[in-house]
Amino acid sequence: MNILGLIFSNIHNKELFEVTKRRTIASTPIGGRYRLIDFALSNMVNYNISHIGIVTKHNYQSLMDHIGSGKDWDLARKHGGIVILPPFGVSTDFYNTRLEALKSIISFINNSRADYVVLTDCYEVANLDYRDIFNQHFTTEADITFVYRECDVSGDDYMPVNVLTLNEAGRITNMSIYQSFTGRAKVSADTWVMKKTLLQSLVLDAINRNLRSFNRDILSHNLDVLKIYGYRFDGFFGNVSSLDSYYKINMALLDDKVRVELFQQPNRPIYTKVRDSAPTKYGNYARISNSLIADGCEINGSVENSVVFRGTKIGKNTIVKNSILMQNTIVADEIILDHVITDKNVKIINMREIIGDDHRLAYIVKDGVV
Amino acid sequence: MIRKKECVAMLLAGGQGSRLYALTHRLAKPAVTFGAKYRIIDFPLSNCVNSGIDTVGVLTQYQPLILNEYIGNGQPWDLDRNFGGVHILPPYQGKYKTDWYRGTANAIYQNIHFLKRYDSDYVLILSGDHIYKMDYSKMLQYHKQNKAVLTIAVIDVPLSEASRFGIMNTDDSGKIISFEEKPKHPKSTKASMGIYIFNAGVLYRYLEDDEANPFSAHDFGKNIIPKMVEDGQPVYAYSFAGYWKDVGTIPSLWEANADLLGENPAFNLYDPDWRIYSRNFALPPQFIARGAQIKNSIITEGCYIEGTVINSLLSNNVYIAAGSVVKDSIIFADTKIESGTAINYSIIDEFVKVKKNSIIGAEKGDNVPITVIADNVTIGEDMIVPAGEIIERDIVL
Repeated sequence: MNILGLIFSNIHNKELFEVTKRRTIASTPIGGRYRLIDFALSNMVNYNISHIGIVTKHNYQSLMDHIGSGKDWDLARKHGGIVILPPFGVSTDFYNTRLEALKSIISFINNSRADYVVLTDCYEVANLDYRDIFNQHFTTEADITFVYRECDVSGDDYMPVNVLTLNEAGRITNMSIYQSFTGRAKVSADTWVMKKTLLQSLVLDAINRNLRSFNRDILSHNLDVLKIYGYRFDGFFGNVSSLDSYYKINMALLDDKVRVELFQQPNRPIYTKVRDSAPTKYGNYARISNSLIADGCEINGSVENSVVFRGTKIGKNTIVKNSILMQNTIVADEIILDHVITDKNVKIINMREIIGDDHRLAYIVKDGVV
Repeated sequence: MIRKKECVAMLLAGGQGSRLYALTHRLAKPAVTFGAKYRIIDFPLSNCVNSGIDTVGVLTQYQPLILNEYIGNGQPWDLDRNFGGVHILPPYQGKYKTDWYRGTANAIYQNIHFLKRYDSDYVLILSGDHIYKMDYSKMLQYHKQNKAVLTIAVIDVPLSEASRFGIMNTDDSGKIISFEEKPKHPKSTKASMGIYIFNAGVLYRYLEDDEANPFSAHDFGKNIIPKMVEDGQPVYAYSFAGYWKDVGTIPSLWEANADLLGENPAFNLYDPDWRIYSRNFALPPQFIARGAQIKNSIITEGCYIEGTVINSLLSNNVYIAAGSVVKDSIIFADTKIESGTAINYSIIDEFVKVKKNSIIGAEKGDNVPITVIADNVTIGEDMIVPAGEIIERDIVL
């Protein structure tokens, strides 16, 4: 069985938050050494999906830099491999919706030798087992399998929210698209499985009839015609949609159970770009507690409840608490950081202390020197 | 199209490393873990790449499986090339002759056809058991300037230790006048580092002559180099001043690892201009739990630390449970240390299980020997492993 993977790198790009101002949501750093897209990519690779197209729109330089030839995900292949799909057409012609994006890559889809297609986004931190999803897809003889989860939707989540109703057999009987929604519901995890031929005909139909919305025009309007089944995902699902949720998901990785679920699944590792960092070195004054620390760091201060990315340096008598320090952050001696998010290459040299709180996180932009 | 490489490196990686005892049971010495996330061979391989040498033959013989798997297609060192790259060269069955490698010179002799494929002008011979950072292109430049046919890298050693090395006696220009292998009364302190640059043609000729000599040990240090010096060939010594350590023994392996620690380490892994490359695995960052204490240590990906770690190096996926103390020790990948354990001045190999409340080794001090636990060994609950023991099989009550 040949499967084509399609990843939408910034379908939600309207809702920018600090960390994604200059990069795609796909290339947002997470968990010390990862980028968000590592989860979507690894999930596919772990089910031997070796032909993957990443649909991009803009700001995709950092994404291309991260992906490289794809070899770190074992995706530098003779047949298939990883393909970055920049927008097709002139600059005013950019797609705005998922369906328009699909229209613009229809020839890529047509040309693949796949029998099935998996479509997914990359704002999510989750270890999905596509083996299980496909098994259900075959048992239910569904036309489309739609991954969903039951959760408490907050105002912080991506809108519109796609709320599903399922019958006892798991078939989706109703989809309601809310422009704003809060409360507990079965919502879309924005991951779908279907036959390639079905996707082709749906997109072709959309082109002919000038349809615009994948959820509304393709899924919701076809609930009677197509057998669309839900696959319930109950595992850890981090929904990165804002600075707040970004912070919370990084902090959730300090929980052993979450890390086991994400990173210790047999035969389902999460791959990422190899940077050849040296191991991390702790000095005589290091004091570390409840923290996730990547390689290549030199730490001689105190770090508590924090996520520290690769190549970070923390000086003597410095205290870092409840913070996220992205790649190559330098924090000089005798500085106090609490509830701080530093983007890449930030240097904290002059300010003696930066203190935020749960409701007001201090964010320092990429390459910032403070 | 005729293509050639100016300089091809040949890395001698076939040695057993018998003085590393249990650590080389199932793998060759160059595959032994070093500096938490590296293997010894990463250093000469990274030096090659950083020096612009992109064609490397790795000569293997003893327990090659793990080494072969580790090197793979050479991609981690950027040595997966269209022309050149890294090649594993095991002993092979020939049409007329089938043989193991009988000495360092014989190993190269048996692979002359490999060198000839690249039509190289120079051959760089390296060994797979030294830790150092060296720009071989500078040595090659020196070799060319002197119009030498052989250049040997040398390092100054204390006179008291000189009798452990091959010692070069040179004139003022750096030309080697005489060479003594492990002399009782050394005349100089210039010790051979086991790094040679040969003019290819001259090398082939000497190797062929040496092969025809039934009394030769087919060794560079014992036969080829003394013969070339004796013949009055232009053989030069290239002085190297940086860090260099032969890690062929348990104490030297421990010391070289410890040299990475401290605020101003003797050997710096963090030089962005001279990166050491290694094969990386898809592991999450290390997690340091509440209650852990870490001091002056090097720790890498996948580790989970609840206990105390002082002056130590931990490789991938090491687990140290709460209430355990690891001090002055080196722990290789995938080893699990349960609670209440005390580990002092030890080297613990991969996939070891140390059960609750065991005591391994003794506090580092004068005349305290290093304790070694071999791979895949289980140390049962409440066991005591005295200092200096080398444990190669499970000990369980």
